[in-house]
Amino acid sequence: MVTLTMDGRKIEAPEGATLLKAANSANIEIPQLCSNEELEHYGACRLCVVEITHKNRTRIVASCIYEVAEGLEVNTRSERVLNVRKLVIELLLARNPRHPSLLKIAEDLGVKKSRFEAEIKGCILCGQCIRTCREVVGVSAIGYEGRGINKRVATPFEESPPDCIACGSCHFVCPVDVIPMKEKDGVRNIWKTDFPLQKCESCGRYFAPVKQLEYFREQYNLPPEQFSKCTHCR
Amino acid sequence: MEDKVREIISKYDSDKAFLVPILQDVQKEFNHLPHKALHRVSVFLDVPISRIYEVATFYKAFSLTPRGDHQLTVCIGTACHVRGAQNLTDHIERILGIKPGETSGDLKFSFDTVNCVGACALGPILEADGDYHGKMTISKSNKLLKKLGKKVVTDEED
Ligand code: FES
Ligand code: FES
Repeated sequence: MVTLTMDGRKIEAPEGATLLKAANSANIEIPQLCSNEELEHYGACRLCVVEITHKNRTRIVASCIYEVAEGLEVNTRSERVLNVRKLVIELLLARNPRHPSLLKIAEDLGVKKSRFEAEIKGCILCGQCIRTCREVVGVSAIGYEGRGINKRVATPFEESPPDCIACGSCHFVCPVDVIPMKEKDGVRNIWKTDFPLQKCESCGRYFAPVKQLEYFREQYNLPPEQFSKCTHCR
Repeated sequence: MEDKVREIISKYDSDKAFLVPILQDVQKEFNHLPHKALHRVSVFLDVPISRIYEVATFYKAFSLTPRGDHQLTVCIGTACHVRGAQNLTDHIERILGIKPGETSGDLKFSFDTVNCVGACALGPILEADGDYHGKMTISKSNKLLKKLGKKVVTDEED
């Protein structure tokens, strides 16, 4: 355990924990959009910045990737921190001016309007979809395309993603809901691709994408009749 | 194509750490990065195609569409810029009828700009098929284009 000061309070945190994690356990709230307990540290959105003091020098760091250290002094709400956060949320609002979760953060920071001209993209490039697909699902069906101002989330060659199992994880994890997914007549559509759903042998309900079930069977070496029924009828 | 890709990859011991040089070799071989070849690279290296697509779209040096027989690149780095790289760019755009990043319809020329090729003292630089031509002027560029087989109509006689 290490001891550090956060907003004037002495707190304890396990070694290797991030400042964000330490803050959360101490009930200090820090806004964030790209950090996710299930995923590797990333540090893309920069909304979680805090100010740290080390030997009379202060620095702005992203709390979701910066680790706790003995005697560290952290200020999570200094003027400088709030200024950076305002800038960040205004930039994000320029990409996506409507999503409630962004508007909520803006409101908390006292931001009414973005000073930047809107350039609506929807996606805020937090990377959670890509990282979930890679790190949790393990298929890596989607990725980034391009770089700089042209960077975006895409399927390879913007075609139907060959590795996608239609699990929908990217859709569910997206904090600003920009990955559409629809289900109709036994077919799930995601990434502009139709994936048939498996019908339950007993009750006839469509319960999961065929490809996803195949993937699970392959992963865990299950017999082919596994998953012929839905969870209720099993 | 399959064999060629396999050959390139075995040169690098099928080591995914060499993805970038492998892609460079593939591009050299096929003059661009054909989708099919990238899918082969993905299988042989056991790297998801999404990853390879990321790398292939990240670097300006890679192209997913066929390139022209000749590659012209104007350096628009600071040093070249102050020495008139913009004029040169405009001129080449006009002669070839394409914008930076594009390839002419007859697949003869591809044109790009780049930020500093590290030969600032010789600016402005026009790179043609990998060769640097320094202290470039409009009329020098015309000569070069003619040499590469482009008809250039100019008012001046040289
Ligand atoms: S949460 Fe730390 S950078 Fe996004
Ligand atoms: S700016 Fe052109 S070579 Fe450096």
